[in-house]
Amino acid sequence: MSTETGKINITLEVWRQKIGEKGRFETIQVPGVEIHMSFLEMLDVVNERLTADGRETIEFDSDCREGICGTCGAVVNGVPHGPEKAMTLCQLHMRKFKDGDVIVVEPWRARAFKVLKDLVMDRGALDRLIEAGGYISTNAGSAPEANNIPVPQPVADDAMDAAACIGCGACVAACPNASAMLFVAANVSHLSLLPQGRPEAAKRVLDMQRAMDSLGFGNCSNERECEAACPKEIKITHIARLNRQFFKAALSSREK
Amino acid sequence: MELAGHIPAGPITEKWERHRFELKLVNPANKRKYEIIVVGTGLAGGAASASLAELGYSVKTFCIQDSPRRAHSIAAQGGINAAKNYPNDGDSIWRLFYDTVKGGDYRAREANVYRLAQISNHIIDHCVAQGVPFAREYGGLLANRSFGGAQVSRTFYARGQTGQQLLLGAYRALSRQVAAGKVLMLPHREMTDLVVVDGRARGIVVRDTVTGILEKHAADAVVLATGGYGNVFFLSTNAMSSNVSAAFQAYRKGALFANPCFTQIHPTCIPRHGDYQSKLTLMSESLRNDGRVWVPKEAGDRRPPNEIPEGERDYYLERRYPSFGNLVPRDVASRAAKAVCDAGYGVGPTGYAVYLDFEDAIKRDGRLAIQKKYGNLFDMYRNIVDEDPYLTPMMIYPASHYTMGGLWVDYNLMSTIPGLFVIGEANFSDHGANRLGASALMQGLADGYFIIPYTIGGYLAASPRPAPDTDHPAFEEAVKDSMDRIRRLMEIRGKRSPDSIHRELGDIVWEYCGMARNEAGLSKAAGMIQSLRREFRENLNVPGSDQDMNQNLQKALRAADFLDLAELMVLDALERKESCGGHFREEHQTEDGEARRDDENFCHVTAWEHTGDGNPPEKHVEPLVFENVKLAQRSYK
Repeated sequence: MSTETGKINITLEVWRQKIGEKGRFETIQVPGVEIHMSFLEMLDVVNERLTADGRETIEFDSDCREGICGTCGAVVNGVPHGPEKAMTLCQLHMRKFKDGDVIVVEPWRARAFKVLKDLVMDRGALDRLIEAGGYISTNAGSAPEANNIPVPQPVADDAMDAAACIGCGACVAACPNASAMLFVAANVSHLSLLPQGRPEAAKRVLDMQRAMDSLGFGNCSNERECEAACPKEIKITHIARLNRQFFKAALSSREK
Repeated sequence: MELAGHIPAGPITEKWERHRFELKLVNPANKRKYEIIVVGTGLAGGAASASLAELGYSVKTFCIQDSPRRAHSIAAQGGINAAKNYPNDGDSIWRLFYDTVKGGDYRAREANVYRLAQISNHIIDHCVAQGVPFAREYGGLLANRSFGGAQVSRTFYARGQTGQQLLLGAYRALSRQVAAGKVLMLPHREMTDLVVVDGRARGIVVRDTVTGILEKHAADAVVLATGGYGNVFFLSTNAMSSNVSAAFQAYRKGALFANPCFTQIHPTCIPRHGDYQSKLTLMSESLRNDGRVWVPKEAGDRRPPNEIPEGERDYYLERRYPSFGNLVPRDVASRAAKAVCDAGYGVGPTGYAVYLDFEDAIKRDGRLAIQKKYGNLFDMYRNIVDEDPYLTPMMIYPASHYTMGGLWVDYNLMSTIPGLFVIGEANFSDHGANRLGASALMQGLADGYFIIPYTIGGYLAASPRPAPDTDHPAFEEAVKDSMDRIRRLMEIRGKRSPDSIHRELGDIVWEYCGMARNEAGLSKAAGMIQSLRREFRENLNVPGSDQDMNQNLQKALRAADFLDLAELMVLDALERKESCGGHFREEHQTEDGEARRDDENFCHVTAWEHTGDGNPPEKHVEPLVFENVKLAQRSYK
């Protein structure tokens, strides 16, 4: 440990992949990392050094760097978003690592996601899931006065817990079956808890389930890895709610 | 050029209704024949795409990110204003209008602001119908809180994630239209040019950031919803990809850029700490409802905050502004923090921070109550700074957050190029020289859901058809122009990364065109920006290829436009020889250090016209007429 100086030396084993080619790990020595840097700022510094050497930088996605947009994400030492609980990769700080650590960084691995380059993934399949029914059908201009729809506070709180999903895909990356069950469940749960979302609840759950199968996501086998990896601590109780709704819809609804 | 605002006649309360009646309608059966391009999927762009598609138009929507759900509106924490007056505390459309005009230091158009206040209530209705999980009272009705600079509780919120929930509402509405085949959604695209044919906006050129391919897209009208330019400071609370390039290309093609020097520096952000830093993190100003801002009474006092006794603390906001105290508007709070730090009273390792202290609130309401209100913010702070704000006061300092300036638009939100509409933060229209808290979300959604769907119809009904397609030579020219710009950057092969030059630019703008400005500093900055631009042209290094995903190239393209924008900002700040809102010219202040406006000479919008690269831009002026609000010295004392 050399935390007295506030700097550590690390070794990165980072995934490099070009579009349409097979990928491989590259070893990069990173001396003098300030421990108050975020993980992504560390990658920025690595890229600055690569640029100075005229070498191609490591492509990685990030945007808000506040843990809310869901853009960033990589598997760090085998764990999506890295070792800290309830945290996106952009909020992980280098003080959580030790001098001399070897850090393995790779993109999400899932059949439904494609690696575009290095750590950048195409997670468009998550958008396709929402397009399949993850909304309430209402056009601008048609809404009733807002307070005509009372929602008990605990219900609103539950809906908000589910709605906190940032769509990063860590749940898919963590699941041995690469299932998007937690992502779908968060959406289904949020909308069907609210009175506004009830009219379409049966259709929504059936359509989204069907889309999940067709997009190449796996099935849920209750491994709970998704819950452990979720940076927003979305609970698998939402999956239970989804399952209840699914059975109810499949058995008794007119929606098919 | 005369800047025609096209403000409808009649009393302010009836202008919008009258205008909606007077706007031409497009026959419902014909709407699908009209192609509309929307660039950006934040609150304004997402909402516009969805509602235009709901009306039946054929929409093509573009975003930089991998998904339309990621735009930076998502990071807004505090809330969204509306004049519902649910708390029965004296709010009204008129009061929201009045507060917004006053908060903007009387540099916004009355008619636009009044319309915004009128629409605010419809936004809440619509968002609730979409399933936005706003905070509720025990009875199940919507909860409100008071928010920076307002003396009524008119802010609706969803924990500390209001922007996220509103954006996801717009994203779901957009996704529904994608599924219906009414919106073609094209992510991973960055706009590199606007195509103008016979004086009308007729399409855009975008770069596919995955493949590097330049694409041509034609349309009957183009809507820019590309956000603000706060990243000109390099360090800001904006997302990494937020940039000015789309707006700036439109400026180069003839759209006027209004009030570029009106930028908002947000008072409550986590202070700077290292030269590797990539961004600054906002701590919602809702924290000022319970937190008290202070510095030690003695300059250079290095004791830990908990060892400084009550009597030796200067609660400078409460002292200077007894009636508003810690809740003064953002520009006032930011400037006050800078003043105490410049005078040597600042705290933290750099001396550029002040305390935001929750000790009294925790004593009064209990830790649990504070945790319930601000838990996620406290966690975020603890994670970034490695200190526990329940036990020791937060350290905060102002940071670039929002830009009130932007492309000039008329009452229809159309720029000076017919067919080019600009909505949300990208336009200049509603916030004057300073934006009030919780008003950005309101404006983005008002523009997208409830204004553009009407006004664009009025334009389309009168525009010549059919629109030229991408075979028109103007598209090929625009592609070639973008390609040349990209090649030039790739071929420099110098020593410096785009970020290192952008960072240097940010330091210049922050120092001389930030919270306080003066003639000497601005003139100096203009020279520094020019030499930095030379450095950029001669010594930039972009490794890799342009026919591939290349984030360094994206950064270089953005930095090139930020350099030009910075020059325009400085020029605008030099020309505006008064202080107003976020624009504080040190030469123009009252005896006790408050902003002094000059209504006789500067009660206007300044809009700049591009006259060719290397030529000075031409200045145009739109006088501001106040018929309903009496101009007064803003006072929060």
